[in-house]
Amino acid sequence: MSNKSLGDPFNPESDLQHGPACNCPICVFKREEAESRYECTESEMTERLERAVYEGTATDSQYVDADASADAAPADPNAFRADGSPDNPTETPETIIDRAIESAVVRAVFGHNEASRRNFMKMLGGGTAASILASIFPMEAAKAAFKDKIGPLEKKKLKVGFVPITCATPIIMAHPMGFYDKYGLDVDVIKTAGWAVSRDKSINKEYDAAHMLTPMPLAMTMGAGSTAMPFIMPAVENINGQAIVLHNKHKDKRDPKKWKGFKFGVPFEYSMHNFLLRYYVAEHGLDPDKDIQIRVVPPPEMVANLRAENLDGYLSPDPFNQRAVWEKVGFIHLLTKEIWQGHPCCAFATSAEFARENPNSYGALFRSIVDATHFSSRAENRKDIAKAISPKNYLNQPVPVVEQVLTGRFADGLGNVRNEPDRIDFDPFPWHSMAVWILTQMKRWGYIKGDVDYKKISEQVYLAADCGKLMTDLGYEPPAKTYENYTIMGKTFDYTKPEEYIESFAIKRT
Amino acid sequence: MLSSLNVRAALLSVVILIVTLGVWEIANQPPEVKEAKTEYEMLMGGSAPHARVPNPSEIGTLALAELSDPFYDKGPNDKGIGLQLLYSIKRVMSGYFLAALIAIPIGFMIGMSPLMHKALDPFIQVLKPISPLAWMPLALFILKDSEVSSVFVIFICSIWPMLINTAFGVGSVKKDWINIARTHELSKLRTAVMVILPAAAPTILTGMRISIGIAWLVIVAAEMLVGGTGIGYYVWNEWNNLDLTAVIFSILMIGIVGMVLDLLLAKATKMVQYVE
Repeated sequence: MSNKSLGDPFNPESDLQHGPACNCPICVFKREEAESRYECTESEMTERLERAVYEGTATDSQYVDADASADAAPADPNAFRADGSPDNPTETPETIIDRAIESAVVRAVFGHNEASRRNFMKMLGGGTAASILASIFPMEAAKAAFKDKIGPLEKKKLKVGFVPITCATPIIMAHPMGFYDKYGLDVDVIKTAGWAVSRDKSINKEYDAAHMLTPMPLAMTMGAGSTAMPFIMPAVENINGQAIVLHNKHKDKRDPKKWKGFKFGVPFEYSMHNFLLRYYVAEHGLDPDKDIQIRVVPPPEMVANLRAENLDGYLSPDPFNQRAVWEKVGFIHLLTKEIWQGHPCCAFATSAEFARENPNSYGALFRSIVDATHFSSRAENRKDIAKAISPKNYLNQPVPVVEQVLTGRFADGLGNVRNEPDRIDFDPFPWHSMAVWILTQMKRWGYIKGDVDYKKISEQVYLAADCGKLMTDLGYEPPAKTYENYTIMGKTFDYTKPEEYIESFAIKRT
Repeated sequence: MLSSLNVRAALLSVVILIVTLGVWEIANQPPEVKEAKTEYEMLMGGSAPHARVPNPSEIGTLALAELSDPFYDKGPNDKGIGLQLLYSIKRVMSGYFLAALIAIPIGFMIGMSPLMHKALDPFIQVLKPISPLAWMPLALFILKDSEVSSVFVIFICSIWPMLINTAFGVGSVKKDWINIARTHELSKLRTAVMVILPAAAPTILTGMRISIGIAWLVIVAAEMLVGGTGIGYYVWNEWNNLDLTAVIFSILMIGIVGMVLDLLLAKATKMVQYVE
């Protein structure tokens, strides 16, 4: 049982590894059970163990009294109520969760070395150690995000920045459709001109949280392209949902090999758009730095630039792909799901500092986003969402354009009506393997240099465990693992071999 | 005779306006709207291109609608044109007066002391030609606030004309007048306030008039960059929706407000004008 570790991690006397001499109620109970002092069914035993855990954590000073407490384990299974309300008035499910998290973190800090933990606690005293730990790890944030019930919100009025594109659908629609209100938050969603400004406003703390591109928190944490500031990315917003659009005059040049000298727009350097476009042309033998020109153009300016023939095409977020078709300026050459089915795109991110200082508000915000993301992913809600996010206050786009993007039934500008229900989808789970892939591409194209600790950075920034726990709490099913392999244009990406993956490309900057 | 010239000029202006708008309206008829038949046509929003330069009548309709309710506030991203203009004017005024507060005293110093003039001149010459928007990334980084940054950008662009004009105005006050002040044994400060200030006032105000024009030009670009509120954000938001009608309407509003600001300064300049 995993709850076995719920001894006070700041107590030098408690044994978190539950060795043979351990006298916590659980171990005593187990030993007694082994000696067959009890005869009980499997379920009864689980109940007794849980009971023992409750009492043990509430009164760790009474370890000596272990026999008594084990004996006091109730025979009546109803004594442990299924709704989780505690029998012990001083103990709530929340404090148990707190203890579980503290314990896990403390053990991780000491590398699961019990002797050194106990010595350290003796030397400093549990309280001091707790406060030192709290200063380096957002303990309160971790706890609040895990709880079912959220404590009093530290900050109710929040500002969340977004760039007006359909990737931001969960962040935006949570406002008109009341997902923020549901969790007691008063959120202003603020439209932002582009990601450079969004990033700077987040670093300046004008925004409490913001819509970002999945590579941005990685880059910001590493200090690539901006000052280093720890950012965390608890949730992805959308997967798929981008497209390569070409100007109508290039209708005969569907083969990327004919794209030499083309000027392409991408919304930001540290974006999936940039990395996917580079990947796509490189797979077709074009060097993205030499054979084509890639420019950073804010999404809203894409169509105007395409019309002016300033750009030959772009890989940009919707609705600007569909808008180019609607304006009869360009056509959809390829949906990005055809490059990598299920690739991540945009993300919900916040500074580690905000999460640390406002754990409950952060938890509430996180919940509203995960909830809104799941709501957005259901096909039957898409038309309503399109209507809710099209007005001037949000995307400021014609409803039919947004509707085509969200429902996946759209005109491609070449005379066909296509039906791709997964053109854009919404899935909050931040896979660590996605972060590893992004880091390999950042290294491949020279955005980061030197040795990269792929695993460490991915796990530090992409809070997959938190998101998974929250999804379970809200009644959704998270994946059982946080890493997986991908097949991108027929080429396999093995997350365990990032360096070999980079080396396997013919066109690269390393 | 003069009044009749004015009347004739006004009449001619009106005629030019009507003819231009009339030609624009007639030459730029919207394409015939064909009933969308197939699903593809419906998804494309009809067969004709949507984007075209709007007609004066469309702009007029939009202007009426916007101006009949200029101060509505439907959340942080959707505010009336009047509110947006007020936000912009507020920013321009704060940056501009801050600049005046610093530029005029320093201009006096430079104008009155040839040594300071020579010492500070290289700095002014290097800093003056920098586009104010180039300061924006640096300002955002150092000031850590987009609102303060846009005020800073206004400050930095309006300081130079005031500084240079003040220095020039102060430097070219007639030596005789200063000598007269000296024979009357006026203190340096009194000379500055009683003699030099009134004498240099027209030049200083000319500098201030140039500055307000530049500041109003720059605020639109700055707000397009930073977003949030203001007339620049309004233009950007409508550009985002490729809505040229609203863009032209806001261009007109920017022009009108700029003209009013310039007229105010022109009036002030007239008040301090003197004849030798």
